[in-house]
Amino acid sequence: MSARVTIVDYGLGNLHSVANALTHLGAQVDYAEDGKAIANAERLILPGVGAFADGMRNLTERGQVQALRAFAASGRPFIGICLGMQLLFDESDEFGTHAGLGIIPGRVERIPAAGVKVPHVGWNRVQPARAEAWDGSLLSSTPAGTFAYFVHSFAAKPRDAAHLLAVAAYGAHRLTAAVSMGSVTGFQYHPEKSGAAGLAMLRAFLVAPSPLEVP
Amino acid sequence: MSTSPVPSAPAATPFVRTSPLRVIPRLDIKAPNLVKGIRLEGLRVIGDPADHAQRYFEQGADELMYQDIVASLYGRNSLTELVRKTAERIFIPLTVGGGIRSVTDIQALLRAGADKVCLNTAAVARPELISEAASTFGSQCVVVAIETIRQPSGAWKAFTDNGREHTGLDAYDWARRVVDLGAGELLLTSVDRDGTKKGFDLEFIKRLAATVGVPVVAHGGAGSAAHVAEVANLGVDGVAIASWLHYKHGTVGELKQGLASAGVEVRP
Repeated sequence: MSARVTIVDYGLGNLHSVANALTHLGAQVDYAEDGKAIANAERLILPGVGAFADGMRNLTERGQVQALRAFAASGRPFIGICLGMQLLFDESDEFGTHAGLGIIPGRVERIPAAGVKVPHVGWNRVQPARAEAWDGSLLSSTPAGTFAYFVHSFAAKPRDAAHLLAVAAYGAHRLTAAVSMGSVTGFQYHPEKSGAAGLAMLRAFLVAPSPLEVP
Repeated sequence: MSTSPVPSAPAATPFVRTSPLRVIPRLDIKAPNLVKGIRLEGLRVIGDPADHAQRYFEQGADELMYQDIVASLYGRNSLTELVRKTAERIFIPLTVGGGIRSVTDIQALLRAGADKVCLNTAAVARPELISEAASTFGSQCVVVAIETIRQPSGAWKAFTDNGREHTGLDAYDWARRVVDLGAGELLLTSVDRDGTKKGFDLEFIKRLAATVGVPVVAHGGAGSAAHVAEVANLGVDGVAIASWLHYKHGTVGELKQGLASAGVEVRP
């Protein structure tokens, strides 16, 4: 049986990279262009490349905001990638302050350029935010220190440390690399561009238990 | 993603590697074939590009680079379909260059699955293309190739069309300018080293890597892990390798082992 995954299409970025990786792993992929398709999803991915404000505006215009919040509360597996992860938070400072989806408490702030290049582009090591942070998460079979591929200028700051799943050292910064809250996981890096290690993280998402599936 | 259109330019500081050296197989394409020349001339057919891309991905490449080597002659990039096919089975960043003249051309390649585009000829003809691309897509996806040939006078001049056309520009000044215009990465191709396997043009690369505020990828002349280690220690972020891999002197994995033994951090 192959997993069915719905990718949120909100008119930003390249959805196909994520879809290609999921298809390669044997999943059936479809796209949600409105709120109803999100409500009916079994597993959901919010991808994204672009600016935070454009993302929220497009999600609002397509009637997807409430559906995303309801999906997150339903216990079904949900991941946000890159901008899609940042949108899970309360607000962002990118080009003015903009409200986000408010699913995970916290904000998104610009990486201070002190001593490092911004954007943070390239391969970096992903480390557990604390001992046992990865137990039971989508990273449970990922070795600490695995390299993942990052492209971003802004970074999330979860208000509750319990939601911080993984970090990446960048100069003197300790950047949020992944977050999780119940069935919702956010990756700042691109698992679909992170080679075999990234594919393994997506595979974990495909087999994560979903309350929709009857044993 | 959220990136700024213009990269910050930190003051020059002693080189400390903040990320592993990227090993980037470079595939020159003369559709439908993977080809390789010496000093970008005398092209020989190597084989099927997609098969080679797949093999290098499986060997642990950190990124791949496709260059349509005749595109500027015909005024168009013919790699869209190859990019689409590659993106379906290769899950690392992909950079595509050759014959890219406009924001529309860039958009088509990014939509097909490219993560970055590499500009040269069109950027020399119309430098504003660099700023347009950076403000539309973010500087992180705009790579500018600086093709150099060292002159008898000792200066390095910039070339286009895979080393065929003289621009009259000083390569060092041109490189600084493209960074100011918004290029997020530089690909330094030493035309007179390309395909020779005699080692990189260390002097030019050192001068640039130490002074520009964006990642630098060295290309042209890799003939051994020792050559690559040598250029890595100058502060480059990545190395583009063609002949050495295509002619099977070794695999990406073997190269990375050699680099690790030489003390260069690589992604395992």
